[in-house]
Amino acid sequence: MSGVMGVGGGFEGTHAIGKAEAEEPTHFAFSEDSEAQIARIVARYPAGRQASAVIATLYIAQKQMGLQTGSAWVPRVAMDAVAARLGMPPMRVYEVVTFYFMFNTKPIGKFHLQVCGTTPCWLRGSDDVLRACKDAGHLKGYGDTSADGIFTMTEVECLGGCVNAPVLQVDDDYYEDMDYESTVKLLEALKRGERPTPGSVIGRQTSAPEGGPMVLTGSEE
Amino acid sequence: MAKLTIDGIEVEVPNGASVLQACEAAGKEIPRFCYHERLSVAGNCRMCLVEVEKAPKPIASCSYPVAEGMKVFTDTAMVRNARRGVMEFLLINHPLDCPICDQGGECDLQDQAMSYGNDSSRYKEPKRSVKDKYVGPLIKTIMNRCIHCTRCVRFASEVAGVPEMGATGRGESMEIGTYVEKALSSELSGNLIDLCPVGALTSRPYAFVSRPWELRKTDSVDVMDATGAAIRVDVRNSEVLRILPRVNDDVNEEWIGDRSRFSFDGLKRKRLDRPWVRRDGKLVPASWPEAFSAIVQGARGKTIGAIAGDTVEAESLFALKAMLAAMGSTNLDCRQDGAKIDTSRPDYYLFNSGIAGIEQADAIVILGSNPRVEAPVINARIRKRWVAGGLRIGVVGPETDLTYPVTQLGTAPRDLIKAAEFLAGAKNPMVILGRGALARHDGAAVLAAAWDLAKEAGALREDWHGFNLLHLFGGQVGALDLGFVPGEGGQDMAAMLAGGVDALWLLGADGFDAARISAGTFVIYQGHHGEAAAGRADVILPGAAYTEKDGTWVNTEGRVQRGRMAVPPPGEAREDWRIIRAASQFLGVTLPFDTLEALRMEMAAAHPIFARLDQGPLAGCTDDAGPTAGGTLVVGAAPFALPIANYWQVDPISRASATMAECAVTYLKPQPMLAAE
Repeated sequence: MSGVMGVGGGFEGTHAIGKAEAEEPTHFAFSEDSEAQIARIVARYPAGRQASAVIATLYIAQKQMGLQTGSAWVPRVAMDAVAARLGMPPMRVYEVVTFYFMFNTKPIGKFHLQVCGTTPCWLRGSDDVLRACKDAGHLKGYGDTSADGIFTMTEVECLGGCVNAPVLQVDDDYYEDMDYESTVKLLEALKRGERPTPGSVIGRQTSAPEGGPMVLTGSEE
Repeated sequence: MAKLTIDGIEVEVPNGASVLQACEAAGKEIPRFCYHERLSVAGNCRMCLVEVEKAPKPIASCSYPVAEGMKVFTDTAMVRNARRGVMEFLLINHPLDCPICDQGGECDLQDQAMSYGNDSSRYKEPKRSVKDKYVGPLIKTIMNRCIHCTRCVRFASEVAGVPEMGATGRGESMEIGTYVEKALSSELSGNLIDLCPVGALTSRPYAFVSRPWELRKTDSVDVMDATGAAIRVDVRNSEVLRILPRVNDDVNEEWIGDRSRFSFDGLKRKRLDRPWVRRDGKLVPASWPEAFSAIVQGARGKTIGAIAGDTVEAESLFALKAMLAAMGSTNLDCRQDGAKIDTSRPDYYLFNSGIAGIEQADAIVILGSNPRVEAPVINARIRKRWVAGGLRIGVVGPETDLTYPVTQLGTAPRDLIKAAEFLAGAKNPMVILGRGALARHDGAAVLAAAWDLAKEAGALREDWHGFNLLHLFGGQVGALDLGFVPGEGGQDMAAMLAGGVDALWLLGADGFDAARISAGTFVIYQGHHGEAAAGRADVILPGAAYTEKDGTWVNTEGRVQRGRMAVPPPGEAREDWRIIRAASQFLGVTLPFDTLEALRMEMAAAHPIFARLDQGPLAGCTDDAGPTAGGTLVVGAAPFALPIANYWQVDPISRASATMAECAVTYLKPQPMLAAE
């Protein structure tokens, strides 16, 4: 039934991350830090409308899981905790979690490599970035987690960083203007426990042209 | 009001109505899948597209409000083409398995595909496949057939009040289900089967049983609870194959509880299908004349009494009461639970506001009752009123999940003081007293106190009657209307069981411990199921269950309704009034009616209420004098206990039902996850 999987395209992978026999934790409680963040977010909404904070709260839960277990995902007990915290039926939380690809419903690796393969990034060499991730991260393809549990790679749609394409998102950080070598270098650094400064790896200033500003430089010609 | 024209027909509909409703008012049929008049509008199936003048493209009529002067066209080339396109999209992922689908023949998609579908498919790509979900022992799911109308999701969260269904994933991967594998925790779950416009949710007990065109359909009323829901009994040969709700806006709208829908398989098991007589301490099969002779021997010239069951129809109760009267006995009782009910005035034991009247209430206090299991459809009405806003609900009794938020006011009758404070200031206050709250030694005091509560709250007015007694079964009110209670000098149930009578006639009375019957008493059991009471009997007369006889039942609001015979009683069993009529002849007190019509004429003459068919309770209360039932008039401190702990098994029919037994196992003893089929 390869055709069935094919219809879903790249979306399929994001929810099938990790080992199939993912062990569900039996308990989840918000940490003090998470609780403080949630309180701040819930306060933004009128009383009785705290369910509006569901996406932010889920992301806090996912981050907390990342900090506590080294794998940023949302187990079902965490979804239930979010539902209880915000006073909404658990099913409504499950719907949100499964709708958005930013939430992982299965355990992932320590670093979440999100390769943008949308047209601008693809034209600028995202295939090389993908190849580098596979080689340096020992990954078989999209949706795979490396055997050592360090990397999980997923394909994502446009990240909005097209001017500095191709883009590789690691957890929350964008690394831009990637090519094969810089991707390998980045992954090796991550393996060593370093966290290189996010942004353009060729030193581009924000989204200015390569090599620096070309117009309005102050010098009159 | 807005005036608009539909295909040239001018109609006037209220502002805020949808174009679809306006089209219906003009008599135009609009195809739809997701739209349902009793659910919120989703607008996601797009089947109801119509053309509106000056609109650039077709509009979804279910979610488009009417406007003054609007010109709508429901049958133009644009509309037909648009609907054909929608249908083609819906059929992309819908399997072509109609021949093996249980919905076949009564499927909205099948029917509408005949009108709007193409004769062949242009789609060559693979169809998606979706794993089937487990949502309980009553509903079979084939999720490939789901067209994502979300009616089930909306029903579960809006009407049933159990927001456990939803749509997970998105786009191609969207699936309807509960995400966690669990049985839907609702007593109304069977209604999902009716709501599903395709064959995704079908009845599990009815799977592969029959086709709709093979069934003979009989309109009747439900007696499994006191709601008196309108039902349709579907029969093939002489077997009941399924029970479906009918629309009755005043009573059940279009819902019925799961016990009403699924317990009918109990009608085929543990049945009494021939008379039995006890000889030398053992029950042996007998003929009808032998059984009657045994009754003559055991009961003629002796003190006789009768106890009526909870689902018996009025005709046989009337006949039995008349026979005992002819024998000079007033030892009658229909209150197997021992509820201290005052029958001196009908409004002391009726649901006087009416079921539809719930929608006028703005404050409700529920005393000693869990309407969710005692009358799920009435509970859904309360929930509907709560969803509309502006209703506060208080509970005196055990804490239960009623599917809407309540204020817990206490647990014992003495907490009625807090209930009075709770109702204060309400325009249309309602007191709902559970029948279980009267089945205690201080029941009469509880009844009086609840009446006083309603009186003090201003619920007993000429335009509003806010005192309501919620009964448990379909036959209970009819028996009270007939005065099937101890007459002058008559013994009540406790006295009869204690040996006050020589002979005891049990008419479908299975609701008490048969061991309480005094050892020397000659017991005649007339009924349809062989349970403990039949085991204790000296003579067993096989009667008919509610689907097997024409009968009159009265629901908790006093609505007199006729049920109809869908199948004949099994074996040698007979309609109950005929059995009593025959017995009266043997006992030398021949009853003066030979036909059901004659019996009904007499019954209506003696009790005029039975001439008032299909009418709700009388509006308002003209006399607020409370019940004067005897006994101690001080309420006790003991907390209220609920009469029904197991919704699925409460009467002989549901206790005999395999489906209900499976439900009880699933819902009462939470099991580890059950795999879907």
